[in-house]
Amino acid sequence: MTVDWRKARNWGFYAGASLVFIAAIGMVEAFDRRPLITPGVSLGLASLLWVPPLFAFIATRRQQLEGFETGKAGVSEVGAGALVGLLSGSMLWLFTALVDATFQTDFNIRDIFPKLGPAMVRLLTFEQGLGTGALIIVLGTVVLGALGAGLHLLPGPLRSGVVQGILWVFAIALTQAIVDDIFDNDTTEFIANALYAPGNGLKIPAAIVIFIVAGGLAWWAATRDTPSIRERLNRMDPADQRRTTMIALVITVVVFAVLPRFLGGILNELLANVGLFILMALGLNIVIGLAGILDLGYVAFFAVGAYGTAVLTSPGSPAFSPELPWWLALPVVILMATAAGLLVGTPVIRMRGDYLAIVTLGFGEIVRLLFLSDWLSANFGGSQGIRQIPGIEWFTGEIRGVDPDRIFYMVAIFVLVAIYVSWRLQYSRVGRAWMAMREDETVAEAMGINTVTAKLLAFIIGAILASFGGAIFAAKVGSVFPNSFELLVSIIILVVVIVGGMGNIPGVMLGAVLLIGVLGGPTQPGLLQEFQEFKLLIYGVLLVVVMLVKPEGLLPSRHRSRELHHEEMSQDAWLTAGVGAQEEEAVAAT
Amino acid sequence: MTATAEKTTSNGARSRLSTNWVDGFLMLIRVAAVLVIATGLVAFVYQSVTGTGGLTGPAFRDLLVAGLAQGAMYGLLALGYSMVYGVLGFINFAHGEVFMSGAVVSFFIANALFNAGWWTDAFLLSLAIVLFSAMLVSTVVAVLIERIAYRPLRSAPRLIPLITSIGVSFFLQNAFFGLFGPAVKNYPPAPAWLTARRSFLGFQIEGTKALVIVVAAVSSVALYFFITRTRTGKAMRAVAEDKEIAALMGINVDRTIVTTFAVGGAMAGVAGLAWAILFRGVSFITGFIPGIKAFTAAVVGGIGNLGGAIGGGVFLGLAESVAPLVVLEPLGVVGVSQLKDAVAFSVLVLVLVFRPQGLFGERLSAEDRV
Repeated sequence: MTVDWRKARNWGFYAGASLVFIAAIGMVEAFDRRPLITPGVSLGLASLLWVPPLFAFIATRRQQLEGFETGKAGVSEVGAGALVGLLSGSMLWLFTALVDATFQTDFNIRDIFPKLGPAMVRLLTFEQGLGTGALIIVLGTVVLGALGAGLHLLPGPLRSGVVQGILWVFAIALTQAIVDDIFDNDTTEFIANALYAPGNGLKIPAAIVIFIVAGGLAWWAATRDTPSIRERLNRMDPADQRRTTMIALVITVVVFAVLPRFLGGILNELLANVGLFILMALGLNIVIGLAGILDLGYVAFFAVGAYGTAVLTSPGSPAFSPELPWWLALPVVILMATAAGLLVGTPVIRMRGDYLAIVTLGFGEIVRLLFLSDWLSANFGGSQGIRQIPGIEWFTGEIRGVDPDRIFYMVAIFVLVAIYVSWRLQYSRVGRAWMAMREDETVAEAMGINTVTAKLLAFIIGAILASFGGAIFAAKVGSVFPNSFELLVSIIILVVVIVGGMGNIPGVMLGAVLLIGVLGGPTQPGLLQEFQEFKLLIYGVLLVVVMLVKPEGLLPSRHRSRELHHEEMSQDAWLTAGVGAQEEEAVAAT
Repeated sequence: MTATAEKTTSNGARSRLSTNWVDGFLMLIRVAAVLVIATGLVAFVYQSVTGTGGLTGPAFRDLLVAGLAQGAMYGLLALGYSMVYGVLGFINFAHGEVFMSGAVVSFFIANALFNAGWWTDAFLLSLAIVLFSAMLVSTVVAVLIERIAYRPLRSAPRLIPLITSIGVSFFLQNAFFGLFGPAVKNYPPAPAWLTARRSFLGFQIEGTKALVIVVAAVSSVALYFFITRTRTGKAMRAVAEDKEIAALMGINVDRTIVTTFAVGGAMAGVAGLAWAILFRGVSFITGFIPGIKAFTAAVVGGIGNLGGAIGGGVFLGLAESVAPLVVLEPLGVVGVSQLKDAVAFSVLVLVLVFRPQGLFGERLSAEDRV
């Protein structure tokens, strides 16, 4: 079978549209200030660079058919990749030329697309004018496309080595701030200096070294065909298994206990935010991942926790202000969250899953609108919110947002509680009931599961975990405003849970670290502050892409992926076990 | 044997008990809702009669007209939700963004027409051009979404396309933010002869509101004839009824689904124009709240029921415009206009608690009915 040229053409257009889109929303221009590798690659350029090779790679991928030999990739693949590059590059150039042409007329394109301007045209033509610029763009994309498609020619281990090497180079270039921060003392400073030109991105020799080391390691690991950690763990006997898990756990805890000592304020703040979102994502994971209830109003419980804490602890609370210490307020907040969970949960419990999603979203908005309204402003301060929320009393003094490392410890304690609760619940009677309900509600009910209680319980536990998040958030920030509780928060937590892997605790945590840590939360900046402006866009794209490509998430739970790929799996089972099954039937017949 | 039987009964009893408990709670909500609304109405009537508050006749009629115009817009938008739910069985959360895209892109056309002087000289012609462009853009966006995001998920569990559509909605919002900037774009003002108030059957109606109502009525009648009288409409109804059997009857299901999205998109485009006439200001977040309200309207009317969608839209528009002043204000709630959206969401909750099949009955496809 030769290459599917129509597919290559289509993907060429997709790649071109993506390039034009990235340029038109101003990403190239905004990111150009941030150098990645000196001299040569800025983040702006990198935001375009990845498109042609990736799309060319996808366009030339052979369809894997069960039981058929997949043909070897050849030169025609590279040709198709080059075609993808050619089309995408031409589209980008055409776009640039069109924008440039408008500068000669009276028509001001900035009236419509405020991000387009002479600066962008200069960037996209590499300041060489349209003619030479065209040559650079098109040649570059053709080469990149061909390279992307050419990856198919490499044997598997080498391919993964090359890809991982490139990814590591970019990862280390992007995390310049954090690496600088970690090595920011006299003894280790030379490492940072060897890697980066000050404020100017990775040095080229360093980039090459990273590529060779990381790529080589990946290649070596791939050729040795070592069993995965999980497999090796499964092979041990139970006592060893338990001991290994315990040791790993202790090491993790110790690492996180000492980590804040080595990090600066910004990174500790980041860690604290990530922890806060892990906490809430674990709560939502119980609702969505285990019980299969799509709750889009999750932010309401976060708001209840935060406002509850604010009213109970702050002297600035307008109507009712008992000024309780944080720890005494917490049990009351838990009660409030339980009540809120019941109040929201009971009316929606019988609804179809999709109706439930929209109704909970409505509840979330109602809660925010009530906190914002003049009607209740005598109690909750309206748009002014509630200020002067004291910190959390601890043995060594009050913990406030100004010392993020101690907030981080505080968050970590609650995250541990949440992990423990989720982990114990998962395989308990309730947890199994949830999962049965998620797979098929009617069948679960027929098996004697009380779906009403099970669903309500999921709602309430989720609500309590979210209210913990809210309570810490209130003490950390020191004030609450209705605008901190927009639907956006619900959606971002949803993306975290889904990208990480619904129903899987490590997956959800990974999701929070990757998304909140790197891109940032709804109002909190992430590691890559450059992405601030485009964060929400990326969240949207991620949600769609993950749902289309890998709905079970990055670290899927085994049950969940079995459900989502039920048909494929039964097909595989049929193909591999088909012969055996026939024999069994024959035996049974005799 | 007996032990199992006993266990089953005790289990059954327990689940009945908790079921009763939930039923009781739902009944409580119903009673509370009825009480609140009734008290509010009584207080309203009392205050109006004694002249201590309430509304004057003309003010009340103004509210009705405003609610009707806005409701007509919600109805047009609700058609898209209803049609897609009828055919594919999932909520196209991004439909509000389809509406927004038409309204935002057409703004630039309207502005260009205004600068060229056409908007003032030949208003109706420019309005037709803007309407056409809004319908075109919304249709293209709706079809693209279907092609890229929903078609690969045809056989996925039903929450998967819903979550995907949330992602699409999020993406479109932020893409429009990135492409066209955050500023609110104000359509050029309608000419004076249109904004003037005219009396009609005792109502003082602003021309713009009348125009919106007329446009909505004409397009829903056109849609009605399209669905009931054309071959394509028949195919759409067949696919909504049962995709597999429709395919066996020689209907191209894929193409029919695309048509459904296209028609829904076109109606969203009309709604976009209605929004532009009523409120003039559009921006990247314009689609979100009207989208959820239109979904509410679709549910209120009975999802899958196209007449119901229009009816639900009008009901919601009226409830939203009248209820804050007629029910909440007499109860002593201050700043009721801020609670408009909260009222709309409460209508959604109450309808789903009282009558989840909607006021006019839902029409689901064969596989969803089970």
